[in-house]
Amino acid sequence: MKALDISGLTKTYKGGTQALKGIDLEVQEGDFFALLGPNGAGKSTTIGIISSLINKSTGSAKVFGHCLDKELVEAKSCIGLVPQEFNFNQFETLFQIVVNQAGYYGVPRDIAKSKAEKYLKQLDLWEKRNEPARELSGGMKRRLMIARALMHEPKMLILDEPTAGVDIEIRRSMWTFLKEINKQGITIILTTHYLEEAEMLCRNIAIIDKGVIVENTSMKALLSQLNVETFVLDLPVQTKPPVLNGFEYRNLDDHTLEVDVLKDVGLNDVFTQLSQQGVTVLSMRNKANRLEELFVRMVESGRAQQQGAS
Amino acid sequence: MVNRTFIALRTIWIKECTRFLRIWVQTLVPPAITMSLYFIIFGSLIGKRIGEMGGFSYMEFIVPGLIMMSVITNSYANVSSSFFSAKFQRNIEELLVAPVPNWIIVLGFVGGGVARAILIGIIVTCVSLLFVDIHIHNFAIIVVTLLLTSSLFATAGLINAIFAKTFDDISVVPTFVLTPLTYLGGVFYSLTLLPEFWQWVSKINPIVYMVNGFRYGFLGVSDVNYVTSLGLLLVFNVVLFTLAYQLINRGVGIRS
Repeated sequence: MKALDISGLTKTYKGGTQALKGIDLEVQEGDFFALLGPNGAGKSTTIGIISSLINKSTGSAKVFGHCLDKELVEAKSCIGLVPQEFNFNQFETLFQIVVNQAGYYGVPRDIAKSKAEKYLKQLDLWEKRNEPARELSGGMKRRLMIARALMHEPKMLILDEPTAGVDIEIRRSMWTFLKEINKQGITIILTTHYLEEAEMLCRNIAIIDKGVIVENTSMKALLSQLNVETFVLDLPVQTKPPVLNGFEYRNLDDHTLEVDVLKDVGLNDVFTQLSQQGVTVLSMRNKANRLEELFVRMVESGRAQQQGAS
Repeated sequence: MVNRTFIALRTIWIKECTRFLRIWVQTLVPPAITMSLYFIIFGSLIGKRIGEMGGFSYMEFIVPGLIMMSVITNSYANVSSSFFSAKFQRNIEELLVAPVPNWIIVLGFVGGGVARAILIGIIVTCVSLLFVDIHIHNFAIIVVTLLLTSSLFATAGLINAIFAKTFDDISVVPTFVLTPLTYLGGVFYSLTLLPEFWQWVSKINPIVYMVNGFRYGFLGVSDVNYVTSLGLLLVFNVVLFTLAYQLINRGVGIRS
């Protein structure tokens, strides 16, 4: 079953900004789906429309078969939203925030209290339950929004940059938690700027730019398009720059070598050639996140196509 | 479905009540102090020199009006500040993403305003008992007038907050409209003391009907017919509730 089915969705804001130019998107039930795009691409507008915070201009959206125009109550009941900005009452306690949210979905108060205990414990917030939300750290606030979104046990969780500004340790614990609830059957749609996050978590991906979907494929298929990686090798100071036959390479200074390696060629030959020249490799790293490079390439290619079409 | 809707309404109402009780120093104490000052200055000090009004001591005469004044300002302020804060902090989105019918959102916030108004009404009544014995002519009229007036001004406060873009916008109406209308609404005087022309002008002021309806419930005297008062209150309630519901439905001020 399709968890999300968007067709021809457009949004033009007052003032004329066209945020979405007719996007089509499908997310299958149980998927862990990434929606990527640069700032202002239309990610948050798409999420805003799905979660009823923004009125669409044209097009249709269905959540688990429930059309937002005709079966809004049923559609809303299927969604849990973790927005980008903190949007809870800073003066309320954590317990009040999550219990009230369950109440808005019609969960009786005694059941809401037991769910609050469950999710606040799972997200390591139980000890803070009686503290006002404003006293939490940034990471705790993010986790609070996840707990709040799960209180009515939605079939689909939408997270808009959930790990923005969160330290690595908490980010990784959030990833583990999200993977776990996805395993339990909750469909997850994630927007993020951390491409590593999308690579780690998501099975399918869509890239949106300037209101247009420029790529919609599986993460596996996307990564298979990466056929070249650039490595930076730290060497002892060289009097004579090393030479690599059959590779694109650059001697950045007298002790740093940058080399492009085709995926199907591998690194062995690089090391062999350097050994033959008596060069020791002290350390090595990727020049940049390879997914990031691909992302930039796709966005640029999408923009070129849009310009060509216009 | 009905049960789910009721739970949502109850949740909004509890949240609203918790809010004004949490900040009781800002919400419950000031009306008690202000009204004590009114009773001391206008009732005890100046009132003694005024003598009787409508067949009652001046203090007895102004008590219903002062209670009503507190009810009006507090029901309005509660909803306008609470809803605008929810917009400002964006926690109104908690309600917008949930399957809560829009009329329940309106009813929940208005219910919060009514709850505060009733509590303030009780506090001010208790304060007035320190200064004067209170007559009760018709308890049912007191209760109905109190409920209709507080719900009317709570709804008005909600409409103000829907349109407000800054905190200044929610203080403009209370300062420049509500306060003058309340002071000129017969709280401190009987309309019969005014020249005929100003009596007629006063009757355009809706607060005159609320104050007098309430006063009739306490004292059994009124400058206007209490049936007219209750009828007008009912009509205004229906009109403003419908307007607030339509504005929320259209997403004015809350959805882009």
